[in-house]
Amino acid sequence: MLYREAGQFKTTYNADQAIFPISQDRWFVTIVVLFAFLGMPLVAGQYLFTEVLIPVLILAIAAIGLNILTGYCGQLSLGTGGFMAVGAYAAYNLALRLPELNIIVVFLLAGVMAMLVGLLFGLPSLRIKGFYLAVATLASQFFLEWAFARVKWFTNYAPSGSVAAGKIDLFGFPIETPMQKYLFVLSLVVVFAMVAKNLVRSRIGRMWMATRDMDIAAEIIGIRPLTAKLSAFAISSFYIGVAGALWGFLRLGAWEPLAFDINRSFQVLFMIIIGGLGSILGSFLGAAFIVLTPIFLNQLPSILGIPLSTAAISHIEFMVFGALIVFFLIIEPHGLARLWAIGKEKLRLWPFPY
Amino acid sequence: MLGPILETFIGGLLTGVLYSLVALGFVLIFKASGVFNFAQGAMVLFAALSLARLSEVMPLYIALPLTVVIMVALAYAIEFLVLRPLINQEGIILFMATLGVANFLDGFGQTVWGSDIYKIDLGMPKNPIFIFESVFPGGLLIDPSELIAAVICAVLVVVLAIFFQVTRVGRALRAVADDHQAAQSVGIPLNQIWLLVWAVAGIVALVAGMMWGAKLGVQFSIALVALKALPVLILGGFTSIPGAIIGGLIIGAGEKLAEVILGPVLVRAFDLAGGGIENWFAYVLALMFLLVRPQGLFGEKIIERV
Repeated sequence: MLYREAGQFKTTYNADQAIFPISQDRWFVTIVVLFAFLGMPLVAGQYLFTEVLIPVLILAIAAIGLNILTGYCGQLSLGTGGFMAVGAYAAYNLALRLPELNIIVVFLLAGVMAMLVGLLFGLPSLRIKGFYLAVATLASQFFLEWAFARVKWFTNYAPSGSVAAGKIDLFGFPIETPMQKYLFVLSLVVVFAMVAKNLVRSRIGRMWMATRDMDIAAEIIGIRPLTAKLSAFAISSFYIGVAGALWGFLRLGAWEPLAFDINRSFQVLFMIIIGGLGSILGSFLGAAFIVLTPIFLNQLPSILGIPLSTAAISHIEFMVFGALIVFFLIIEPHGLARLWAIGKEKLRLWPFPY
Repeated sequence: MLGPILETFIGGLLTGVLYSLVALGFVLIFKASGVFNFAQGAMVLFAALSLARLSEVMPLYIALPLTVVIMVALAYAIEFLVLRPLINQEGIILFMATLGVANFLDGFGQTVWGSDIYKIDLGMPKNPIFIFESVFPGGLLIDPSELIAAVICAVLVVVLAIFFQVTRVGRALRAVADDHQAAQSVGIPLNQIWLLVWAVAGIVALVAGMMWGAKLGVQFSIALVALKALPVLILGGFTSIPGAIIGGLIIGAGEKLAEVILGPVLVRAFDLAGGGIENWFAYVLALMFLLVRPQGLFGEKIIERV
């Protein structure tokens, strides 16, 4: 009843190809974004901002990045953590050595830096495919992790090996409180998600998807594998690099290479698989799921009143998390985005049977 | 100068054998079911933990068969609960499922068996032995337990090779590896074959866990050994048992030599805070090989059709 597109006639091609062709979708997204900008700052507390909203949004950018590479272009990558580290350390060094740069320029340049590194480590993808490539991308993960731990210039010769981001301000306005950070991240996320959504609908996105579905066939119909794969690596690494810079500056504040270890790579990979491969919406749903589940599992014993040691909780958390992943894959291998689509399909008829 | 380098080389080869053991588990499962089983490391940890804790309360010769039973039960559980519902899914979905299994096993093992450092005492000689004392001053130092591990590994590989090539079940396994549907249509029971493969991989994991456990003590870090086995895997090829062995030897020797020879050079050249290039060198080495042979040294030639 509520979600019916009957009577919505499209009279132009533009209207037919809009991102949200159905007006209910348009309204829904507008309300969600407006609420995120205006409503959330009124209702959310400090804990919600720092522990839930900011991590979800930043990791959603990383998930979109990985989704471009893995979900749209079909190149499985386990090097996400390494590219996030490139973004974080590039931003740190840029902010340190060129303090007059605007913080947004710093973050974008950090993304560009990650993009260059991503291009370099994307080169083997032209020769290696499938799981061989996945393991090969681990080379970048371990190499980058090592480089940031050992090369002293990256950490500005800090004796402890950890670096701390300075205060950041935007056109003179300081970004200090959790709410300001949240709004800053949110604005970036909206822009990045819009760009990604349009990219995957464009020529380049179709190139990626053709390569994913069958690379030889794509090559035969005239898609250059070099352009398709490397552009996916470049844009994906750009997103991941920006996410890394944001993670370092706005979430952690001070960090060492361990913050971007292989578990981070797997975390982002879990997000896109649980959320849905090849779906921008799925990146958000996956990020929310992966961030919220451990928080929930952590609180559960105390809510239920079961006394457990911290070690036991963390082990059980591992167990439940692993079991949940398997469970989700079994009930819906195409992720939360697919469940969402099924739900919408059902809503078209509801409450009538047909 | 040659003496220490040769010593490092031999030490590296012996460590490489242990990598091979872990890689072998990956290869077995990938060959028979096309699943890239990331849980192999967790299985190694789980097997080692079970053995260590069981051998605390009973003699080793009872604990060992009991652990084998546990690993077979685990294989059955994985086959029944994870693989069977996910039949016919894409490779990446199955890979993710094994990541979930790895998470689960890491947590489960430590919840059931505890998370301290445990010892496995196989009664192997601990004192290092020296060889070639006449050739090099002081001779070459070799850890006998690693030598024994190498021998056990060699025996295991020969047994597995015979099993795969000669026996009826082995032929069925190879048939399933070639083509699931064709194998099923000539009457090979797919589920039983998978159960068998996972059980064998579990037992290989047990052997690997035993060896690593005796060497390092049983602790969580054993699960990370799997990450060291991955470059071995791509170097040797996902589908080749000899590849896993040769790859292990190359990686083991290569990374130790690189740490000793290349490490100090890098540290001096780039003013690094310590070497530790072992962590990534194996991967870069494997990557170099892959650029020349994309299917690994011994992998089946990739033939692509549209």
